[in-house]
Amino acid sequence: MDLKEKLISSFFAFEEQIDLENDIHQLRNNAIKFFENKGFPTKKEEAWKYTSLKSILKDDYSIFPKKEETIEYRDIKKYCIHEIDTYQIVFVDGIYASHLSNTTHDKFDACLMSSALNNPKYKSIIDTYFNKIAPEESLTALNTAFSKEGAFIRVPKSVAAEKPVQILHFSTGNESALMLQPRNLIVVEENAQIQVIERHQSLTANAVLTNSVTEIFVEKNAMMDYYKIQNDKISSSLIDHTHVKQESNSHCSVHTFSLGGKLTRNNLNFYQHGEHINSVLNGVTILEGKQHVDHNTLVHHTQPNCESHQDYKGVFSDRSTGVFNGKVLVDKIAQKTDAFQSNNNILLDDKASINSKPQLEIFADDVKCSHGCTIGQLDQEALYYLRSRGIPLKEAKALMMFAFANKVLTGVKIPEIKNRITKQIALKIGVHLGFDL
Amino acid sequence: MAYTEEELEKDLQTKEYEYGFYTDIESDTFPVGLNEDIVRAISKKKEEPEWMTEWRLDAFKTWKTMQEPKWANVHYQKPDYQNISYYSAPNKKPKYESLDEVDPELLDTFKKLGISLDEQKKLAGVAMDVVVDSVSVATSFKSTLAEKGIIFCSISEAIQKHPELVKKYIGSVVPKSDNFFAALNSAVFSDGSFCYIPKGVRCPMELSTYFRINQAGTGQFERTLLVADKDSYVSYLEGCTAPMRDENQLHAAVVELIALDGAEIKYSTVQNWFPGDKEGKGGVYNFVTKRGICEKNAKISWTQVETGSAVTWKYPSCILKGDNSTGEFYSIALTNHFQQADTGTKMIHLGKNTKSTIISKGISAGKSQNSYRGLVQINSRADNARNFSQCDSLLMGNKCGAHTFPYIEAKNKTAQVEHEATTSKIGEDQIFYCNQRGIDEEKAIALIVNGFSKEVLNKLPMEFAVEAQKLLEISLEGSVG
Repeated sequence: MDLKEKLISSFFAFEEQIDLENDIHQLRNNAIKFFENKGFPTKKEEAWKYTSLKSILKDDYSIFPKKEETIEYRDIKKYCIHEIDTYQIVFVDGIYASHLSNTTHDKFDACLMSSALNNPKYKSIIDTYFNKIAPEESLTALNTAFSKEGAFIRVPKSVAAEKPVQILHFSTGNESALMLQPRNLIVVEENAQIQVIERHQSLTANAVLTNSVTEIFVEKNAMMDYYKIQNDKISSSLIDHTHVKQESNSHCSVHTFSLGGKLTRNNLNFYQHGEHINSVLNGVTILEGKQHVDHNTLVHHTQPNCESHQDYKGVFSDRSTGVFNGKVLVDKIAQKTDAFQSNNNILLDDKASINSKPQLEIFADDVKCSHGCTIGQLDQEALYYLRSRGIPLKEAKALMMFAFANKVLTGVKIPEIKNRITKQIALKIGVHLGFDL
Repeated sequence: MAYTEEELEKDLQTKEYEYGFYTDIESDTFPVGLNEDIVRAISKKKEEPEWMTEWRLDAFKTWKTMQEPKWANVHYQKPDYQNISYYSAPNKKPKYESLDEVDPELLDTFKKLGISLDEQKKLAGVAMDVVVDSVSVATSFKSTLAEKGIIFCSISEAIQKHPELVKKYIGSVVPKSDNFFAALNSAVFSDGSFCYIPKGVRCPMELSTYFRINQAGTGQFERTLLVADKDSYVSYLEGCTAPMRDENQLHAAVVELIALDGAEIKYSTVQNWFPGDKEGKGGVYNFVTKRGICEKNAKISWTQVETGSAVTWKYPSCILKGDNSTGEFYSIALTNHFQQADTGTKMIHLGKNTKSTIISKGISAGKSQNSYRGLVQINSRADNARNFSQCDSLLMGNKCGAHTFPYIEAKNKTAQVEHEATTSKIGEDQIFYCNQRGIDEEKAIALIVNGFSKEVLNKLPMEFAVEAQKLLEISLEGSVG
């Protein structure tokens, strides 16, 4: 039985377990039908031209893992940003781990999707926001069909969250292969502010496939920073869909650090629904081995006077492959749009490859839209300069790679995350510079 | 009175095709429809040898199994391929030795277009292989070329006189099964040009062919094959204008360029097929496959000015097979009214130290859609490959669209690829600057558009640059001062 059949037949078992009275019930049924018709995307589809899911779909994934309670904080500590005080929503094998988590309902809500779906208190929010911006697409539909658990964050009007929220997904490897489908909803109301950190981490070498969907609503004058740290084991794959809808004068930035994993696909879509919106999409990708990362971004400018900035940097060694597929869409009323898109890549080995497709689709005339894409190597003269001053080759290369990624790292507002990323990069390159960058 | 941008926009919307007229020449036209018999009949009509007939039939078989491509960013009513006449030739035969013998009405047509043979001959020293509805009518300067050993003739003549060359190279760059339109062309191509430059010869003049669609309901299926032998050089010009017709006319040409070791080919096109009227009615469908292959140290340079056609689907490409070979692509695509253009290039780097440059300028006005679609592919053995791409779009009004779809694929660590694209409108401060210096709005826009396109216009041979500017002027009312 292939994965598609397995998922469809498990759906009915899944539906029986949960409350049939819920409004979401119909939504799930429609979604599974949609998925049944479409199936998994193939390379024939333009959006999946450079990424084949074949290699990760052949495992026999278990869809309903057992509850795992033996994981202790010390097992996961190193994967958390523990240096600073945060709220934590922790899932182990897709199931909420209360003993590891630290949720809140005080000033704002940082809790579970399952409780939000079932609690009448949140009904109006679920009705307004749930599954409203996730597009009809087979993998998103699949997630919707199985949507049950995930993080739910709601920051009410004029509240600035006093500390960031970490959403952490761990898999224990109790199952030989595990498929996870977390569903997150984040609502940042008017004048509110929050920072969120997300990480998916496998604790063993067993296969994990995560198909995650996150919907983010950033209302008027609100601010939101989202950090995705992807440094998973080589047996783990992640297909992430993040959809952001922004209202007037809001600011939202999403930083994606792809440093590991077998196959990572990031679908990141921004929909701007007001004026004077600023959207920032940053990414650093450093790959080795046979890893594959595919960044697929869309920024849809529907109103005048908005901005978007995309900056994706990639370094690829060994046999790794990178894909960047960025699209900027400017509607005809979206005059005075300022959209910038940049994708810079460094190839370190002959077997590594990069496919880049930065697209602009523009229907308004008074706009400033540009994109740039480069593929190159480390500058030999600059390397020579460093070496002539006594810096060994490896360190010189590392320094230059840091310089290359630095523009994106400067946008990180939580210093601890920045430190951690730089350390991870240093670890990857195998250098110790003896000082923090 | 100041000429404002709105007025210009209005003018652009109301501007009609200036070259729309129809020459009434008796034509020898086949019945509509396409089947094996028609393919055979075309081949017979051209008095082709057996292998050529087989080649066409083979292409036809492949074509029948193929689907019309849908990926391009254009929308149009699909032509009914069974409702087209696949052959039409001016009736007066045989070919003329001198211009006096040519149908005076036809000469008049060329006069209207401002490309009269005499004038061209005298002023530019251009050898003209004039193709009116698919058959060469007059060929000039043949003797000069013959002295150098250059073969420049219609492809049907080449099939008869130089079968070994045609057999060797036809379909070698664009295979019969390459795509839907190339397969169709391979099956039914009516005529076209053939050019062979022998080893070490520098072609003394710009070779030029004017294509014209003339017969109502006749698709034009041109086939151009250009072979530059080792260390030779040739510059080839191709230009088109078509009379105003109400129904859509199909144009599916194939151009193959072969640059052997050390050869250089410069291929320039000015395309001004009838774009349809301001309601978007009529107009030519231009589905062209153009591709060149570069051997060691060879160079192919494509320059195109695309102002016409209702729908353009065209990607002149370079396969940089040999080491140290170079590919270039310079393009201006201007769309107005309801025109749609999806054009760009492919640079396939296979050899070491290969270089490519892409400069694409898109200008959209009216309700048109203008897309750049390009591929830069660096294969794993293409060490030290270098590419620079620049795609700039200029939008006039907010009813049009500009799109950029660049595909960049690199599989070699020594590759250096740069791509940049910008989209903008004519800056108010730029116009203001001109106004301050006593240049009115209309002239200012002209200057700016001209400056925007300069990089590409400069690459055109002198004779063509003048015409290209004229075309931009016609397409953008009074914009060239």
